[in-house]
Amino acid sequence: MVSVREIDVALVRETVARLLVESNYNIPGDVLGALRAAVAAEESPLGRRTLEQLVRNYEVAAAERLPVCQDSGMTVVFLDVGQDVHWVGGSLREAVVEGIREGTRQGYLRWSIAGDPTRRLRMAGEESPGIVHIDIVPGDRVQMKVASKGFGAENMSALRMLAPADGVNGIAEFVVHTVDRAGANACPPLVVGVGVGGTFEGAALLAKKAVLRPLDERHPRPDLQALEAELLGRINALGIGPQGLGGRVTALAVNIEVLPTHIAGLPVAVNLGCHSTRRAEAEL
Amino acid sequence: MAMSLDWRLGVPESGIAGLHAGDAVELTGPVLTLRDASAARIAHALEAGEPLPVSLEGRIMYAVGPSPAKPGQIIGSAGPTTTARLSRYLPTLLSAGVRAIIGKGELHGPGAAAFTESGAVYFAAIGGLGALLSKQITAASVVAYPDLGPEALFELHLDAFPAIVIVDRAGHNFHESARARWRRI
Repeated sequence: MVSVREIDVALVRETVARLLVESNYNIPGDVLGALRAAVAAEESPLGRRTLEQLVRNYEVAAAERLPVCQDSGMTVVFLDVGQDVHWVGGSLREAVVEGIREGTRQGYLRWSIAGDPTRRLRMAGEESPGIVHIDIVPGDRVQMKVASKGFGAENMSALRMLAPADGVNGIAEFVVHTVDRAGANACPPLVVGVGVGGTFEGAALLAKKAVLRPLDERHPRPDLQALEAELLGRINALGIGPQGLGGRVTALAVNIEVLPTHIAGLPVAVNLGCHSTRRAEAEL
Repeated sequence: MAMSLDWRLGVPESGIAGLHAGDAVELTGPVLTLRDASAARIAHALEAGEPLPVSLEGRIMYAVGPSPAKPGQIIGSAGPTTTARLSRYLPTLLSAGVRAIIGKGELHGPGAAAFTESGAVYFAAIGGLGALLSKQITAASVVAYPDLGPEALFELHLDAFPAIVIVDRAGHNFHESARARWRRI
């Protein structure tokens, strides 16, 4: 006899709102740590000054409770819901969207979602939807992750359906090419999220999860960990540097995630995160 | 040390002409804001020969969509947005008399050439510096298109606003030369 845990969706609404505001005022500690380390590693004087200003921006935003960037992004919410949870008090998805609205209002964040992508007649404004990924996992807990994905870097992300013969070299070429093409526009130094395998949409979702993985967590598989390090080295040899003003630090980390794929394919998605890769999480 | 460019009494031609790609500058003076939606409206009006809500002659524009001001603030976070997205509108805006654009990111090809052809300058500010840059803005008001929300046409007053000259009047492109200098691959 499994007991069922009841959770009111109001808790989801409140938590989404709180995490959305926090993610926009406080850059994650691992990202700030990597930027501070980058100041020491950068050889270009202009690059170093740029990094110092970025660090200062995050310190001021946190102290004065200001959005770190005017682009508070499109909100992406991951919910890993224990299968023994029963939701009460309304619709779970509605509660997430209501939480995004509430957080945007409370945090003085920008209403950035266009109501309709083809007609663009008006801003969605307070309808402000987000992207919601709900997964069912064992247990009676809920893991929530809220990311505020800025579109400077999102716009420069890319997906390609490689052939199995392209192999690891093909993956590496595509990742480096994507960062080179993005140049200054994705707001470097970047977090590079790479999703390899699965299907077309599976690789893209995997790349999103990869870009949201903490920068101080390396892939547990030694060969992939080595590939992450190799790609970071190649990207930082591109010369793009902080904000594309030239230098050594073009990326802070390369995070790779893999999934089994079809014998005929090798999907690779590269989701770029700007230096302001924002996320916050909570357990319900 | 950053050079100062002050156009409170009009954009000085000598000041614009003396700027070189790679120069660090501090900008002081009024700007009109630019975003995807407002740029589309302005370009449509110019191409259709309709009057603009405000003249662009001799103006400097800043590509930004600010976040809302908190109580007591002049403006919310207000860093630059990606200029390349506005590339197709740039020749029209520069032909209408815009002297410089402040944005972020790279410009190549026709977008960059439009600056050289009209003797204008492209400045990049640091992307993702929105909280700090908001402190270099001393006044903000909506002058047109209020229905566009953060994409409305604002007039802002900049005070020692930091930026880098990316495309100068001679057509030099700092993003291209900086990358070539540091590339090791």
